[in-house]
Amino acid sequence: MDKRLRRILPTVQKPARYTGGEYNEIIKDKRSVKLRMAFCFPDTYEIGMSNLGMRILYGCINAVPEFWCERVFAPWGDMAEAMRRENIPLYALESGDPVADFDVLGFSLGYEMAYCTVLDMLDMAGLPLRSEERTELVPLVFAGGTSICNPEPMAPFMDLMALGEGEELDIEILRLFQKARDEGWTKRAFLLEAAKIPGVYVPSLYEPVYNDDGTLAEMKALPGAPEKVTKRIVADLDAAYYPTNPIVPSTEVVHDRVNVELFRGCVRGCRFCQAGYAYRPIRARSPQKLIEQGIEAVRNTGCQEATLLSLSSSDYRNLGEVCDGLLDYCEPRNVSLSLPSLRADNFSMELMSRLQKVRRGGLTFAPEAGTQRLRDVINKNVTEEELLNTCRIAFEGGWSGIKLYFMLGLPTETDEDVVGIAELADRVLHTWRQHSPNKQRGVRITVSTSCFIPKPHSPFQWEPQVTMDEYRRRVNLLRGSIRARNVQYNWHDADTSFIEAALSRGDRRVGGVIEAAWRRGARMEAWSDYFDFKRWLAAFADCGLDPAFYATRERGEGERLPWDRIDMGVRRDILLRERHRAYRAELSPDCRAQCSACGAAALLPKGVKCDG
Amino acid sequence: MDKLRIRFEKAGKAAYISHLDLMHVVQRVFLRAGTPLKYSEGFNPHPQLSICVPLPLGMESGCELMDFRVTRDIDAAALPGELNAVSPEGLRFIECYEPQRKASEIKWLRCAGIYEYDAGAPEASALEGFYSRGSVPVLRRTKRGEGVLELAGNVRDFTAAPCEGGLRVECAVSAAEPSVNPELLVRALEQNEPGLRPDFASWRRLEFYDKDMTAFR
Repeated sequence: MDKRLRRILPTVQKPARYTGGEYNEIIKDKRSVKLRMAFCFPDTYEIGMSNLGMRILYGCINAVPEFWCERVFAPWGDMAEAMRRENIPLYALESGDPVADFDVLGFSLGYEMAYCTVLDMLDMAGLPLRSEERTELVPLVFAGGTSICNPEPMAPFMDLMALGEGEELDIEILRLFQKARDEGWTKRAFLLEAAKIPGVYVPSLYEPVYNDDGTLAEMKALPGAPEKVTKRIVADLDAAYYPTNPIVPSTEVVHDRVNVELFRGCVRGCRFCQAGYAYRPIRARSPQKLIEQGIEAVRNTGCQEATLLSLSSSDYRNLGEVCDGLLDYCEPRNVSLSLPSLRADNFSMELMSRLQKVRRGGLTFAPEAGTQRLRDVINKNVTEEELLNTCRIAFEGGWSGIKLYFMLGLPTETDEDVVGIAELADRVLHTWRQHSPNKQRGVRITVSTSCFIPKPHSPFQWEPQVTMDEYRRRVNLLRGSIRARNVQYNWHDADTSFIEAALSRGDRRVGGVIEAAWRRGARMEAWSDYFDFKRWLAAFADCGLDPAFYATRERGEGERLPWDRIDMGVRRDILLRERHRAYRAELSPDCRAQCSACGAAALLPKGVKCDG
Repeated sequence: MDKLRIRFEKAGKAAYISHLDLMHVVQRVFLRAGTPLKYSEGFNPHPQLSICVPLPLGMESGCELMDFRVTRDIDAAALPGELNAVSPEGLRFIECYEPQRKASEIKWLRCAGIYEYDAGAPEASALEGFYSRGSVPVLRRTKRGEGVLELAGNVRDFTAAPCEGGLRVECAVSAAEPSVNPELLVRALEQNEPGLRPDFASWRRLEFYDKDMTAFR
């Protein structure tokens, strides 16, 4: 270990985050591998190590014998400061080698508030921030992840962006890069060739042109740029790589457990939900495969908890079979099984009580809106009757804590809808009073609200966000309406939501704002410890831009959007149709009741059907 | 025989695993190796593991002792190998046996340190002289607030010798009543003889002893 590092580690919080050396970490001989990639996660070790996507791609890239992929996380403030003071460049955990010495840096961009951290990591690595400033082919800096479905805010910093699922796409990019490097291509020659790989967006091949009012006139495709870049998917999840030998962190991380990924995509079509549209089509793993992978991973890690992951677990067709199969193995070994993302409608108490044999957690539901009208607007197909019925079963089963998640500021929301949240919580409380077998234990109902943020590639991508003053007024209205002592109310702060909304639908100029914010000291902005609203306002002002233009302005349906070159599978006219239905509070059936022919199935090879 | 003791090394990258995290790490090592650990009864069962003398974060050790219980007879001689096959880097199990003595008999701890001096090390004899003074008080912060600990009588057999980058020191410190963290030796220099203070010091535990200086395992 580097002497300078050895001296600072004892002085920082939780140094085990910065050493690597965990069980199942992948070590290769750096002299015999052909290509070294630094998988960079722009947040702390604790967050990054809880990310399933990173774990999948880490294993998947390392499954190629001549590639060595290592992990890099963003150091917490004390460590970042100490590293800068001691001139220790950003390094990868496995080898301890400086990131700048790698062939490729791949950033995982899951949420907008991590954007500044990407710049900070590049800077800590000693690399120029902007793609155009890195004139050599090596190192290649690219990004993937959900938030780049609008690639433009981070476009100035990335050589290329990988859209959709990375299992196959990343390998194709790395293989082409290896060839280019070995044959001594120029960076430009490589990028032109890379742009031919389906799913690759090369920002330098598109040039934004703006109207006088600041809206986008065109994303001009330069020579060699494809008209559209369509995201990639893995068609057959059973055949795809899945990590059953994941790294076991030696220090506490957010989600320290075995992940069993049931399926990708979602059949529900909630109109506010980016993931529900952007992760289509629906592809499920077979129950046998899931049981096999789950057991193998528990055995290989010694984890005492396994969780079934998906966007809506109760929509997995063979959920009972998978739970039974895993419980047969887990129960005798004291391993608990958890099942997040259950819907309140087809929630099966029988299933929950089976899982609860081992250990009991809390119950969380997300009705999202307080009235049936507004739930219909967002196409959240859950009725109050279903929710209360589920709560009744839960209370009868001995649960005494329920969390309810809502959004404020949804399109068409009125004060009646806001107050409706308090009324719904009251009815849940009333249900508890009627049905709890053990009232002495008391009940805890937690209502949480966040501010709705319109996201690209969802039917609400044209919607304005409510202003922060209006959001705060609605928070206060709701606070005043919740009177019961057993109902606790938490709300997400307005400032972060506003900035996130501005970044989320930003154009390429917002890249300048991200850089300006970083120059003013922004990093780790997803953490309230570090988020500074005034700094963001100053950064927008530095660039002569107004965050409200991006956050609270309604887009015309004919307006060019920064992400128009990106095809996530669902047709634009379907998104528009859903938007218009929302205004009429008209429901759309879920994919299984009636296929909407959204277009995502076209991403599948011939003969393979969407599981919707 | 359901009670067992295992001696292990915690060094290199593993030195930065905190005591609390280590319990979790070791539990998973046992689970991966398929060792039939005995769990506590109750609502939230946890394995019965206990580390004899918790190791400060960042310090290495070649002599850690941990007691645990199993639900059935196991091959104790084979256990270290089985555990090592599924352990993180820096954690190495050495031997496993039925404990003959209680951990409360531990009194002394021998440790080695490297005092790093960037601008040249002082004479080894200067350090030896310092630690053999009749009184070596050190101000330390404990849960109960600040207090002065007397190192004289609680640190013995201190030796120092030149090595690359500074001095290699060795001594025995009291491990119980009071328990003396070897890092206090450097603190004592800072407070009493700042001219001898190293730029950095790292420590490694070598062996535990009872009150008669017989090795305790």
